[in-house]
Amino acid sequence: MKEKKIAVKVDDLTVAYNYKPVLWDIDLEVPEGVLMAIVGPNGAGKSTLIKSILGILKPIAGSVSIYGKPYKEQRNLVAYVPQKGSVDWDFPTTALDVVMMGTYGSLGWIKRPRQKEKKKALEALEKVGMLPFKGRQISQLSGGQQQRIFLARALVQNASIYFMDEPFQGVDATTEIAIINILKELRKTGKTVIVVHHDLQTVPEYFDWVTFLNVKKIATGPVKDIFNDDNLTKTYGINYKVSVQE
Amino acid sequence: MAIKEYFELVFSDYTLRTITLGTAILGAVCGMLGSFAVLRKQSLLGDAISHAALPGIAIAFLITGAKDSNTLLLGALVSGLIGAFWIRGIITKTHLKSDTALGLILSIFFGFGMLLLTFIQKQPNANQAGLDKYLFGQAATLVESDVWLMAIVTGVCLIVLLLFWKEFKLLLFDADYTKTLGFNIKFIDTLITFFIVLAIVLGLQTVGVVLMSAMLLAPAAAARQWTNSLAVMMFLAAVFGAFSGVVGTAISTSQNNLPTGPIIVLVASCFVFISFIFSPSRGLLFKQIRFLKNRRDLQLHKTLTFMYDIAKTHENIEHPHTIKILNNFHGFTRKTLHKLVEKNYVTIKGNMWSLTKEGYQSASNLYNQIFNNE
Repeated sequence: MKEKKIAVKVDDLTVAYNYKPVLWDIDLEVPEGVLMAIVGPNGAGKSTLIKSILGILKPIAGSVSIYGKPYKEQRNLVAYVPQKGSVDWDFPTTALDVVMMGTYGSLGWIKRPRQKEKKKALEALEKVGMLPFKGRQISQLSGGQQQRIFLARALVQNASIYFMDEPFQGVDATTEIAIINILKELRKTGKTVIVVHHDLQTVPEYFDWVTFLNVKKIATGPVKDIFNDDNLTKTYGINYKVSVQE
Repeated sequence: MAIKEYFELVFSDYTLRTITLGTAILGAVCGMLGSFAVLRKQSLLGDAISHAALPGIAIAFLITGAKDSNTLLLGALVSGLIGAFWIRGIITKTHLKSDTALGLILSIFFGFGMLLLTFIQKQPNANQAGLDKYLFGQAATLVESDVWLMAIVTGVCLIVLLLFWKEFKLLLFDADYTKTLGFNIKFIDTLITFFIVLAIVLGLQTVGVVLMSAMLLAPAAAARQWTNSLAVMMFLAAVFGAFSGVVGTAISTSQNNLPTGPIIVLVASCFVFISFIFSPSRGLLFKQIRFLKNRRDLQLHKTLTFMYDIAKTHENIEHPHTIKILNNFHGFTRKTLHKLVEKNYVTIKGNMWSLTKEGYQSASNLYNQIFNNE
């Protein structure tokens, strides 16, 4: 296997909300083209890590680079799927409208989305199987459908690296499979996907790369090498046993 | 003066026309900007800002000694903005929640403002009388230049709204995501806050410090009930706001000396009340009607499938059975039975019922549906 490019590189990242650090001295390299899970207990700083990489939160120390350059210069290479619960789904807008928001970044200030942007949004809706719901008010969608809308919005950005914050939270089994298939497809086309994930059982099945996080970085690497009881115990503190299927 | 007389006079009487135009424009711009406040769950922001404007009015009067309304409004604008940005500062810099920050700023500024007003009233300066009109507003003091100012601000606000529509919408829905797309959310946020403060300050003379927040919230809350589109919501809020302004002025001038501000707010509240009850998709009335209808339908379906269970054990599906068997069955009422007869699904002879062919067919469809879904 030839040497892969590093898509995301994090150096000495430290983040604190108050006095207590949420992330401590994180060094992380994510190679291009992996489907990576970030796992760790509640309060381990998983979402914080993603938000700091994306510049939503200001770190106390440390730096982040995307393909060797600072994030600010590489914004258009990155797409973000926030936690579903972070927005008000009663907001007066339609599914198509939300997906169109994915085009706003490349449009820049003031310019309005046009036919071309609408076409992109419709394609993304089709990809996530939500085309029949394009005109639906977003509060009338189920949790799984809302998650797909968020995914479609990120797909529209046509980025190289996708960050997703718990995309499987509160979705039904059908949606979970639909989403993971899209993520695997993304990996196939050489994209890098980084997912905050909760369900340890599905890690070996869904992902090929994993990062263990609990304020500090415990381990990072290929699932088949490092997804073991030793690292799980180090991360979760208790004696964790998960059978890893080969 | 009767209301009819008022509407005749609006077109001929200069003062009346000025006041009506003023309250209409004010209602429209407040409704528009109020939609932002409502959707950001910052409904109380308007209340805090309007109270925060009071000390600015008093200080402007103390410095200039004049009662020129533009000078006083400038003072209100400055202290309203200071209040607004302190609120933001408190929320981001400390761990206090936004309701605490709003409550704090509201009461501190208002308390200070009242202190200054009392101080001014005790001074021998004869000019002082009239400052307290900013507490509850007095539409009658509106002059043409005030209305022009309102119109210009509304115009500028509309232009900014159209220019940054996409950015506003994005920020309102998902601020973090807006940041990752590379937009400066501080700029957008400041722009929105600035215009909200501006609208409030313009309304102080007419509606007053105490009731100003209702001008922002009521039209927006009413408009939200009727639509699922942001653009339509803002448009409706503007219409409701303007309408409240006109009707409120009409009522207050036609009935001797009723205060205009409170009447406008009450008219706006009527919009809210009507919208909350009668809106087809979100209103309480239709929600309840839908709920009852669904219940009845389900009761009907349950009774029908129960009958089907009995009928299918017989060779002749139209074989009659006694109504008594249904009595043990939950969901059966006389009414559902009559409904079934009406629909031609069931015939009744004496106290015996039997399914019709049509009823059997529809019941078996239902049965399969339920069975397949399981």
